[in-house]
Amino acid sequence: MLAAMDVRRRRSLRLVVALTCAVLLAGALLYTSFGSATEATSPSDVLDGRARGDVQLTGVVVRDSVERRGDTLRFRIRDRGGRRSLAVVYRGLVPDPFREGREVIVSGRMRGGVFVAERDSLITKCPSKYTKERKPAPARESS
Amino acid sequence: MAALGAGILLAALAVAVTGVALAVAARRSGRHEYVAAARRAVYALAALLATAFVLAEIAYLRSDLSLAMVAESSSTDTPTFYKLTAIWSTQEGSLLFWVLLLALYSAVALRLARGRLRDATPVAIALLSSLATFFLALLVVWESPFAELRPAAAEGNGLNPLLRHPAMMFHPPMLYLGYVGFAIPFAFCVGSLWVGRTGAEWIALTRRFALAAWTFLSAGILLGALWSYGELGWGGYWAWDPVENASLMPWLTGTALIHSVMVQERRRMLAVWNAALVCATFVLAITGTFLVRSGVLSSIHAFGDSTVGPQFLALIAVTTALSAWLVARRAPALRAAGRIESWLSREALFLVNNLLLVGLALVVLWGTFFPLVSEAVSGRRATLGPPWFAAATRPLAVALVLVTALGTAAAWRRVRTRALLLALAPGLVAAVAAVAAGAPLGLLDRPAAATMVAACALLGGVVAGELVRGARARRRALGEPLPLAALRLVSRNRRRYGGFLVHAGIALLLVGVAVSSSFPERRDVRLRPGEAVTVGGYTVRYLAPTARVLDDPSGTGAPVVLGARLEAQRGSERVRLEPARNFYPSRAGNGIIASYFEGEATSEVALRSSLVRDLWVAVRPDVSGLVAVARGLDRRLRTPTPMQQLRALAALAEIYRRDPPPAAFRVLVSPLVAWIWVGAGIALCGALLALWPRSRRWVRRPLADARASEPSRNGSARSGRPAADARPLVGARLGGNGNGDGGTGGPGCGDGGVGSGREAQVAGEPPTVVERR
Repeated sequence: MLAAMDVRRRRSLRLVVALTCAVLLAGALLYTSFGSATEATSPSDVLDGRARGDVQLTGVVVRDSVERRGDTLRFRIRDRGGRRSLAVVYRGLVPDPFREGREVIVSGRMRGGVFVAERDSLITKCPSKYTKERKPAPARESS
Repeated sequence: MAALGAGILLAALAVAVTGVALAVAARRSGRHEYVAAARRAVYALAALLATAFVLAEIAYLRSDLSLAMVAESSSTDTPTFYKLTAIWSTQEGSLLFWVLLLALYSAVALRLARGRLRDATPVAIALLSSLATFFLALLVVWESPFAELRPAAAEGNGLNPLLRHPAMMFHPPMLYLGYVGFAIPFAFCVGSLWVGRTGAEWIALTRRFALAAWTFLSAGILLGALWSYGELGWGGYWAWDPVENASLMPWLTGTALIHSVMVQERRRMLAVWNAALVCATFVLAITGTFLVRSGVLSSIHAFGDSTVGPQFLALIAVTTALSAWLVARRAPALRAAGRIESWLSREALFLVNNLLLVGLALVVLWGTFFPLVSEAVSGRRATLGPPWFAAATRPLAVALVLVTALGTAAAWRRVRTRALLLALAPGLVAAVAAVAAGAPLGLLDRPAAATMVAACALLGGVVAGELVRGARARRRALGEPLPLAALRLVSRNRRRYGGFLVHAGIALLLVGVAVSSSFPERRDVRLRPGEAVTVGGYTVRYLAPTARVLDDPSGTGAPVVLGARLEAQRGSERVRLEPARNFYPSRAGNGIIASYFEGEATSEVALRSSLVRDLWVAVRPDVSGLVAVARGLDRRLRTPTPMQQLRALAALAEIYRRDPPPAAFRVLVSPLVAWIWVGAGIALCGALLALWPRSRRWVRRPLADARASEPSRNGSARSGRPAADARPLVGARLGGNGNGDGGTGGPGCGDGGVGSGREAQVAGEPPTVVERR
């Protein structure tokens, strides 16, 4: 009888300990993740002043806007489904798939009407299925 | 060709549906003929799908550009190797490959399962055939690999240049072999639960499949990391990208699974946990397939607009609901009779290791889907970066390594503290030695890395200690020389020592990860020929530019390759490096000559690898000047002939060689990166060793002979245990092998007899560690 009581008590104690650990861990996870997350922001969010300070800007590189000068890359980035765009100044490593018309993510903040990006923060999506952009080319002389 | 392929897929769909119907009929009626017929339907399905896959490959080989799939991912000028492997870069091709693997796995599993689990097999067949039906329906209705293009394209797009890397071409099939492999344990587990079987038979039947799937998945993840390191030009091997995470989650739960099933085999515990784990692993495997193909989360892999997202979501929802309902319903019947007797027993430590692995999987799951969570909560999409993942997973990973070391040293049921300390001693020595060796090099400046190194050294030391101890016991008992004793010990206990080898390999890998990520030296610079930069003790000098036309040394078919010749010097060490960048023509664009520089471009990294450190250099030539010249040529020539194009390119190459603009270089010096690949290689060898079937000769050996060659393995030689103890053990081993493929868990794999009660001593376990009563 006493032994059974003891087992039951030990079991419930174990359960309480386990649950407390789980709750604490989940709390830590929640706290750290909301604290360290970077918000994805569209160019119009920035233009309308909805997003201030350091943001992660997501959008599409506007065609014919890319300009390289030495180490500096200048381009315009527009909303994924819109036309409003924002000038970006970027320094650092440009990922291989970076192209006009592709979706990119870049971190930084607005300074004097221009989005000044953090060094090496540019991320480009890799469109492995890039057929949707363009159909197989017509016949063309190729070397 | 297209009509034939589509016809075969339609036939395969019909066969899969028939398989489901036959399996349901077999379950209802219990008649053996129906089971046999359903099994044959699965064989037929495998044959049909293999034919369809071969047809598709022939289309690629012939560059049949009337097929949309071929035109979209290949071209006549794609190198043959990449033609053959382009199939899994497309959605249709990879779905076809998925269902082909499912059918092949199912056929093999059902062949091996003949005569076993008679009541559960029909349910498993029904489940596997339903899955095949789902994928075939996708292929027939939405994403046909044999869809025609009218009129046929004159030239295909060619394989995405980023994917033209040997590792990348084996990475997807390996991942898929891993993902799909978990369908077999899932199907037989669900089958067993469905018919109310609560035993461990499904584990015995599918253990090897789980292990094989785990091995493939590991190899796939490794190849992905290699590709990222060698091709993507950023110098890292892991970025906590959603798609990487998608492959890591089933790997983590799968790792937990292959450990916890051992506890169920040996101690009849954790049955509910195992059932839940196998279901979770399979659901995560489907989710992995889905994430790559859906574009729900933005990722470097974002394959964009998939047409089959909702269908996949439905599959995930149905599978999850079915699993949860079934496990919950059978949970009362599955409750274990056995109890954990001591927290210092192998089963208890396995349980802790399971909790840690599942915890890691949950952390990764949370971080991966956090953008969706935050969008739901605050309406804004926020993402978690690599620093968060690193911080959140590090403590769990260190704890996991420590528990693994303890679990390796402990025995089943319980272990005496003294025996445990004795088994841990070599590990503790190794840990102290590793930290002492690292301290003068600055290891202690990075406490996180130092902790991980110490934990890994502990694990490596314990594993080595176990091996030496086992071999010594064998030498003492049989008089074999030590190397031979070690070899025999390993080859006769493949499952146990294969597992040890995996642990040692993972320890090496984690040391490589911890050290290389904590002490990276990185510089991004622009250099003119003659200028130099110093990184991590290396002085890297840009000697001269290189330019090649129609001569791609890496064999990817790039028409233009611009690079640099560098010399790196560190002390007396002098190396030549030639990083380059491959330019692939853009098929759109205005001018033909300029288009050679405006398409995709990929890095050919120059790597100087050694066990101590890697020197990694990528170059990014500035082509804006060349493009300006090319545009001018395009204006003059309008439609240049191939010869004119070639001449123009040769001239541009000459311009680049003579008067190069400054090029951008990324130089990385990171220590111990090679340990990641070496450790992973060792781990994979260990997994193969554990998977390797036992030879028949060994199985059929007469009892007396077996006993004579065995004394050290059950500990009787040294501990003076009565020989009678050994008898049931050897008997159980031979009996266990007699009834099947040696995959029956405990008995077949040198890990002692299943449930042979208190005497279930681990064969080959060093005597001092095992509790003796």
